[in-house]
Amino acid sequence: MAEIPNIIPALPEMFLASVAMALLMLGVFHKTGGINDIKASRLISLLSIVALLLAVLLVSTLSGGRLPTFANMFVSDTFAVYCKILVLAGSALAIIISYGFLERHDMARFEYSILILFATLGMMMMISANDLISLYVGLELQSLSLYVIASFQRDDTRSTEAGLKYFVLGAVASGMLLYGSSLVYGFTGTTNFDQLANLFDAHHGETSIGVIFGIVFILAGLAFKVSAVPFHMWTPDVYEGAPTPVTAFFSVAPKIAAMALFIRVMVGPFGGLVGEWQQIVIFISMASMALGAFAAINQTNIKRLMAYSSIGHAGYALIGLAVGTEAGIQSVLIYLSIYLMMNIGVFTCILYMRRDGHMVENIKDLAGMNRTHPMLALALTILMFSMAGIPPFAGFFGKFYIFVSAIEAHLYTLAIFGVLSSVVAAFYYLRIVQLVYFEDLEEALDKSAAPELAIVLTGTGLFVAFFFVYPTPILSAAAAAAASLFAG
Amino acid sequence: MDQLLAEYLPILIFIGIAVAIPVFAIGASYIIVPQHPDVAKTSQYECGFEPFGDARRKFDVRFYLVAILFIIFDLEVAFLFPWAVTLGKIGIFGFWSMVIFLGILTIGFIYEWRKGALEWE
Amino acid sequence: MIQALTFYVFAFFTVVSGALVISARNPVHSVLFLILAFFSSAGLFVLMGAEFLAMILVVVYVGAVAVLFLFVVMMLDINFVELRQGFLQYLPAGVMIGLVLLVELVVIVAGHAMAPEAGTTVAQPIPPVDEISNTQALGELFYTHYIYLFQAAGLILLVAMIGAIVLTHRKRDGVRKQRISDQINRRAEDSVEVVKVETGKGI
Repeated sequence: MAEIPNIIPALPEMFLASVAMALLMLGVFHKTGGINDIKASRLISLLSIVALLLAVLLVSTLSGGRLPTFANMFVSDTFAVYCKILVLAGSALAIIISYGFLERHDMARFEYSILILFATLGMMMMISANDLISLYVGLELQSLSLYVIASFQRDDTRSTEAGLKYFVLGAVASGMLLYGSSLVYGFTGTTNFDQLANLFDAHHGETSIGVIFGIVFILAGLAFKVSAVPFHMWTPDVYEGAPTPVTAFFSVAPKIAAMALFIRVMVGPFGGLVGEWQQIVIFISMASMALGAFAAINQTNIKRLMAYSSIGHAGYALIGLAVGTEAGIQSVLIYLSIYLMMNIGVFTCILYMRRDGHMVENIKDLAGMNRTHPMLALALTILMFSMAGIPPFAGFFGKFYIFVSAIEAHLYTLAIFGVLSSVVAAFYYLRIVQLVYFEDLEEALDKSAAPELAIVLTGTGLFVAFFFVYPTPILSAAAAAAASLFAG
Repeated sequence: MDQLLAEYLPILIFIGIAVAIPVFAIGASYIIVPQHPDVAKTSQYECGFEPFGDARRKFDVRFYLVAILFIIFDLEVAFLFPWAVTLGKIGIFGFWSMVIFLGILTIGFIYEWRKGALEWE
Repeated sequence: MIQALTFYVFAFFTVVSGALVISARNPVHSVLFLILAFFSSAGLFVLMGAEFLAMILVVVYVGAVAVLFLFVVMMLDINFVELRQGFLQYLPAGVMIGLVLLVELVVIVAGHAMAPEAGTTVAQPIPPVDEISNTQALGELFYTHYIYLFQAAGLILLVAMIGAIVLTHRKRDGVRKQRISDQINRRAEDSVEVVKVETGKGI
């Protein structure tokens, strides 16, 4: 008889899974029909947010040292705690901002929040994965929920198309990841991250061609999930087609989880083979930054613009991974935290873009917005300045730490390339600001009275604007998280 | 290994018989039966039906839902086989492990029942 | 002898029906060839001593997945002849991807000799088939050692259920549900009324 595993490190996941199932039961036994559906949806959203916040509390109690469990397939360390808090916060914010949207677009079904809970659970499992199999299982739980959420507005062809595209391309990526994992397993005989790391260390970075093939395939699969070039092609279509709050969710939580997974896989088991993968990461990082900067210039749809912007941001974050040092990982973690707040803020602004009760998505619709919505215009300006990396806003610090870590590691080309592409990218962010303030107003946007959007926008706006006043908590938490990854 | 395969020999022979009979039956009917299709035989019937047509018809999406729910429970059952074989060895922990798994899927089952996904009209 | 012969027969059918899956004109035939391919691979699995996998392949893939494919093919109203017109256009790309995968397979098969240490680091070595059947070997690990993955698999199946229902299920009007409690609770007094009809008056 086998030993009963220690469940303490996985308590937040177990809590979230139980809550998701309990809420599913609550929702399905709730009265149905008409207003009752909306009531059920509201109740479940609210409880889901509470559950996510409780999960944050549970996760943060675990922040002491490295706790492996379940036959060493699952690990909870400071790095995992940091990333999980980001993911949980991203999911909670996404549920909050979709609150009103779902009801207005006739898609208020309680399954929405439950699927987000399951997706979040999958992300937490990805972050804590310490084995290629648990990595895959977490990733599938996440992706499966996301495919469904993408096509949640099932009577809308664009949403269905987004879901289908995401599914087909996501399945290809999962396939590549699995193929790579099976190669690694075949050539090493193990899937466990610790054993892999020991094995590669023992061989001093020398390895067979099969393992390298495997790593390249795993890299490709992961690059797909963080939507880095050349595996980015799904991003604009999915971002444009999916319902806006879903896009907001897609652009933060799964991105952060995938990036955390990317870091864990590359630094952990394959850390000894840094020479093999560093070139590839540098390449995809540069390609993503370039594409994010240039392809966004011609966009007219703001959601597509945000898709290219997120491709670019993935590129910046990957610089930190390419550096591969503790400082590099710390800078990625800082970058991701800031990116989370900025992106949620911008998407909240996009949710404000309504005219005659319909969503409008063209960038031109923002023209002259400051006449009718001065506060919204101000918030959008702050967020765009931050996106462009203009001091003293938060986005500047994110990029700053990344570039500094690259320079410290003597990756000058990468750092200079990053700075240049962020100059190009600044063009389209600032164009939005210019539209908002200096163009003539054609038709005013609706006065929206959604309190939840106002709260989120104020919160993210204040965070982005005043990050420089007291950045220490995030900096030191990120430092501790990065250190925990290199300690083992 | 050889012993294991020897146990499968009857199945192999069985498959052989199962393949041989239809091949023989269909093949013989091609050879023996006289086939002279002419215009009158292949033209439309008086009632307007085509004698040969496409068997494809559009299916309702509900068939798909039933099939996918079936796959899920089929997989669940597939997990039960090794469990049943080794229950003596894996003990109480293994038992409860399976009970939790079944519990998760039962929740799914209650969900689909309440949603009316199993109803036709 | 029989073993080698059986291997070649199954292998032949697997490859041929695999090729026919993608080249058959009628998509329904493709699905049927897919079933044949699954079945022959099940035979190959048995030859390797992987009984459990072979049976799962028959039960799950032949029994359920192939049926789902059939339904999906029947559900879609697509003109497959038209769809096939671009076939030649995509052929070079397809052939190239196939070649790349083939080259990789060769590299791996050839390369396995280059990684002799693989055998020594196996986490859970496969016990010899003669001592313990592989269903049993799986069972001993699956529910206890790999409990985490096992439960996670359960959650994935749950999400699949929710997803399928969310995306395809619609509330239908006019569905007459059998309510057994209502049927049992129905009394003669509720549904039958005895009326005294006076002669010549009607009701």
